Amino acid sequence: MAKPHNDRAWFLVLPVVALVAFSALIPVMTVVNYSVQDTFGNNQFFWNGTAWFQELLDPSTDLGGRFFDALWRTLLFSGLCLLIEIPLGIAVALTLPRQGWGVAVSLVVLALPLLIPWNVVGTIWQVFGRGDIGLLGAGLQALGINYNYAQNAFDAWATVVAMDVWHWTSLVVLLCYAGLRAIPDAYYQAAKIDGAGAWAIFRAIQLPKMQRVLTIAVLLRFMDSFMIYTEPFVVTGGGPGNATTFLSIDLVKIALGQFDLGKAAAMSIVYNLIILTVCWIFFATTTRGQSEAAQ
Amino acid sequence: MARIGFERLAQRYPGSPHYALRPMDMVWEDAGAYALLGPSGCGKTTLLNIVSGLLRPTEGRVHFDGQDVTALPTERRNVAQVFQFPVVYDTMTVRENLAFPLRNRGSSAREANTRVEHVAGLLGLGAMLDRRARNLGADEKQKISLGRGLVRGDVAAILFDEPLTVIDPHLKWELRSRLKELHRQVPVTMIYVTHDQTEALTFADRVVVMSEGEVVQVGTPEALFDRPAHSFVGHFIGSPGMNFLACAVHGREAMLPGGQRIALPRAYAPLPGRVELGIRPEFATLAREGLPVALTRVEDLGRRRIARVELDGQPFAATLPEGMAVPAEPCLALDAAGMLVYADGRLAEGEA
Repeated sequence: MAKPHNDRAWFLVLPVVALVAFSALIPVMTVVNYSVQDTFGNNQFFWNGTAWFQELLDPSTDLGGRFFDALWRTLLFSGLCLLIEIPLGIAVALTLPRQGWGVAVSLVVLALPLLIPWNVVGTIWQVFGRGDIGLLGAGLQALGINYNYAQNAFDAWATVVAMDVWHWTSLVVLLCYAGLRAIPDAYYQAAKIDGAGAWAIFRAIQLPKMQRVLTIAVLLRFMDSFMIYTEPFVVTGGGPGNATTFLSIDLVKIALGQFDLGKAAAMSIVYNLIILTVCWIFFATTTRGQSEAAQ
Repeated sequence: MARIGFERLAQRYPGSPHYALRPMDMVWEDAGAYALLGPSGCGKTTLLNIVSGLLRPTEGRVHFDGQDVTALPTERRNVAQVFQFPVVYDTMTVRENLAFPLRNRGSSAREANTRVEHVAGLLGLGAMLDRRARNLGADEKQKISLGRGLVRGDVAAILFDEPLTVIDPHLKWELRSRLKELHRQVPVTMIYVTHDQTEALTFADRVVVMSEGEVVQVGTPEALFDRPAHSFVGHFIGSPGMNFLACAVHGREAMLPGGQRIALPRAYAPLPGRVELGIRPEFATLAREGLPVALTRVEDLGRRRIARVELDGQPFAATLPEGMAVPAEPCLALDAAGMLVYADGRLAEGEA
């Protein structure tokens, strides 16, 4: 049977085109537009070429220095989050019960932090860490530790990282738990027969079987932590000084604080490209690993 | 190497009023090849898991060479088990997979390697020792599972839990013969669980037939065929299975409900309960004289033909001799040598 051919069918995709145009294309092109222009207000724009980009990528300039400082801070933050959350998530997942009423209870309790809105998470930790009324802050003060996230850069970092760990480790746990549950019992029985101890079982069975979910967990946690904004903004506002000013916070400062639309636009494009590149490398390496496995 | 004994062994799962495995006593000789045969849910895997220690029996004891091992965990029992689905450690090479049980028990790398090379030779895995295990086919993976059992020199028994389920039919034959050959080379007790009678009968010296948690017969393949101790064995072994005709038995004579009389090779004392005459299709042929029957259909099995008939309303399978056309008025000729009498499903002993 011949398929009827009618080019008017293209009209059916118009709603999607309109939606994507308004949600993605037009905003992105506006940003691209800003990134090659300069303005002195009054809605008057001048052509600026690639000057913003050159300045941004040159660490000796004011803008470039700021950008690279924030970039290293963000990378350090993402690295710390991954280093803590992934092993911790695996460890917690391994200790969760495999059956009985404990399963439902632990899963619900673990999911709770994931359900809390991000600015609320920030507020919770801001209060939690206060030296006068916060349980954590007052508790540490009582122990004789001079903890103050608003003045001490190390304390601010510790608070922001601890907050992210508290907020997001559950996600890693849930993903790992799903991966662990998918392992057939025969593997554990075979390992018992082969005389494997807990560590050998982990190395030979559990870790390899969790590889796929771990890939997803690492990717999600990298992306989320690399673009983190709300929680540290609420807790530290990027301070003390610029100690916790991550890329996203700096970007908002430039765009909305100083109203330097051109610089901010150039920065957000580079920021976006970094995330895309990392995700692409990640995706490419993992899918290559999997296609090798399938052969 | 071990002689495995069971003493009043039974298993009842929590919350279930029935035995998954009914109380039994049995001994499996050292270096024997045993098959546990029965339909799904008959308790054969339960029994196997009790032997390997993955399951602790609710009643009774398990002995290895006279030593009580009931309370010993799997890893201290020196048994190996090959599962239905091949278990290999994905990230390891074949060599590392085979060495895994030895390394876990503290063997040195050199010691382990000698054993691994030896076992790989036995299984025909020598050429692929350094390949990643996850890229192999199901049959090769199953060989690795088996190899992890064989690699330990001290292994008391190797247990197979329907190991050929996921193997391609043309490879099943090869693997089965290799198992048989292995058993000849390595004198170790092998216990093979299956619901496939061909697998059981070709592999084992002794077949343990189970039904509904009960061991109904233990015997050589010939014994199971010639003298099924239970009507279940008669049905289950043989293709098609044994015929059972409801009848009344008086001395040397069986009388069918329709009044036909059949002379029996042995004399029987009065039997209690439901009495049946059992006879395999191999001992019943379609003929021009004998008991008149109604033909339902003829099945061509390739090497032989089976006539499905009705004798007095009771279904019956008989052999249609080679080259013989179906008679216009078909009758049954029964060979007295193959006649057995069952009372309530159990073989009744007659007197010659």
